[in-house]
Amino acid sequence: MSANMTFDDLKAVMSRCTGDVDDLTPDKLDAAFTDIGYDSLAVLEIASQIQREYSLQIPDEAIEGMQSPQAVIDYVNASLAAV
Amino acid sequence: MSAPVITGLGVVAPNGQDREAWWRATLDGTSGLGRISRFDPERYPVRVAGEATKFDPAAHAPQRLVSETDAMTQYAFAATNEALADAAVVPDDFADLDMAVITANSSGGVEFGQRELQKLYSEGPQAVGAYMSIAWFYAATTGQLSIRHGMRGPCGVLCSEQAGGLDALAQTRRVLAKGTRLVLSGGTDASLSPYGLVCQLSNGRLSEEHRPERAYVPFDSGASGYVPGEGGAIFVVESREDARARGVERIYAEVSGYAATFDPRPGSGRPPGLRRAVELALADASLAPEDVDVVFADGYGVPELDRQEAEALAAVFGPEAVPVTVPKTMTGRLYAGGAALDVAAAALALRDQVIPPSVNVRPDPEHRLDLVVDRPRETRLRTALVLSRGYGGFNAAVVLRAV
Repeated sequence: MSANMTFDDLKAVMSRCTGDVDDLTPDKLDAAFTDIGYDSLAVLEIASQIQREYSLQIPDEAIEGMQSPQAVIDYVNASLAAV
Repeated sequence: MSAPVITGLGVVAPNGQDREAWWRATLDGTSGLGRISRFDPERYPVRVAGEATKFDPAAHAPQRLVSETDAMTQYAFAATNEALADAAVVPDDFADLDMAVITANSSGGVEFGQRELQKLYSEGPQAVGAYMSIAWFYAATTGQLSIRHGMRGPCGVLCSEQAGGLDALAQTRRVLAKGTRLVLSGGTDASLSPYGLVCQLSNGRLSEEHRPERAYVPFDSGASGYVPGEGGAIFVVESREDARARGVERIYAEVSGYAATFDPRPGSGRPPGLRRAVELALADASLAPEDVDVVFADGYGVPELDRQEAEALAAVFGPEAVPVTVPKTMTGRLYAGGAALDVAAAALALRDQVIPPSVNVRPDPEHRLDLVVDRPRETRLRTALVLSRGYGGFNAAVVLRAV
């Protein structure tokens, strides 16, 4: 596991959560999850998977702030840098 | 409004993965019962089940939805696709609040739930997936269908054990009478994980016979319980006027009558409620017993319950006065999916003017039943009665009529 999360890393996490990520292209980085078909439970599932894979503790408030793929990547990288 | 009509049917069953494949198998007397293959049943008293083993969920829903759902919901995805296509429904042609989803459920998503609970006690709470919060609920199937097809009218789920498939049709009729235009109704269940099976053992009614051809033989003197199965059926139900207005070519049947009763408490000395359900459903349909051309019996396979059902039928119709069949001898009892599948069988029987057989059964003459066994019986059919009972005292009856 690298100490930095890339777009491809996030895609890999999401593929382990929900399987199908073919539609997830870099131009959707800043799109709202709800606009690209991921509801709040899907985001919760992604955050939960990240906690396991990156050994991070992500508080619920932070998950609520994860509105887009880019927001997830930014949060994870900031957290990893702070470790 | 007039009685609602069934305009679309979808099926997933142990002996057929879609409507017509299942119906051919059913008319041929091809059983879907076998030794449990999902897990090694060697250490369990129950070894035989009706598994939908050839079902491929990814063929019916995107991987995203497959990941977050239990098999019970995946069966409903497939059956719904088939039913909507069958009825030529284009959901976009309806306002979302004019369409509803009303399914029956009895087992919940136990296989999904078992998997997540195993993660909980082996790896800890962090390992439990977020979809555990919805996938194993009774209402999961209704909710997923509602979201997927944009049907946001008065949705609901009926939980009355194995009678639920009929009770869902009754609730469907209620919301249609109040102005909803189209309802996805029916039920599916999938309770054959080890945890799911163990939950069922406590009712004491499952067959511990290990030979698939002898394990579920309702009305036979060798009956020793029932075999659990998985799958079910989904219907498109709407008013006849709406169906005609949108140019529906084939109406399978009208839901002419319905009744539900509840058994008295054990030891009360009062009779079981099934006979009353039959009589009330016929009255609701304004029909007499002699109007009924075929009975799709509940056929529990538990000797005392078989006796009660045979007595109810003889009391209402007279001894051997109406053809009776139990096609679920080929699938096992599908819990909330069971009565729904029997409604599908009754609808196709009316379409094709043929009664599907019960298999492996030699009816005990004491039951005084004209049981259709081994081979289908071609006959003129206009009215079918479907019966269902659920553990805990549920009885339901539905009358279907050709239109």
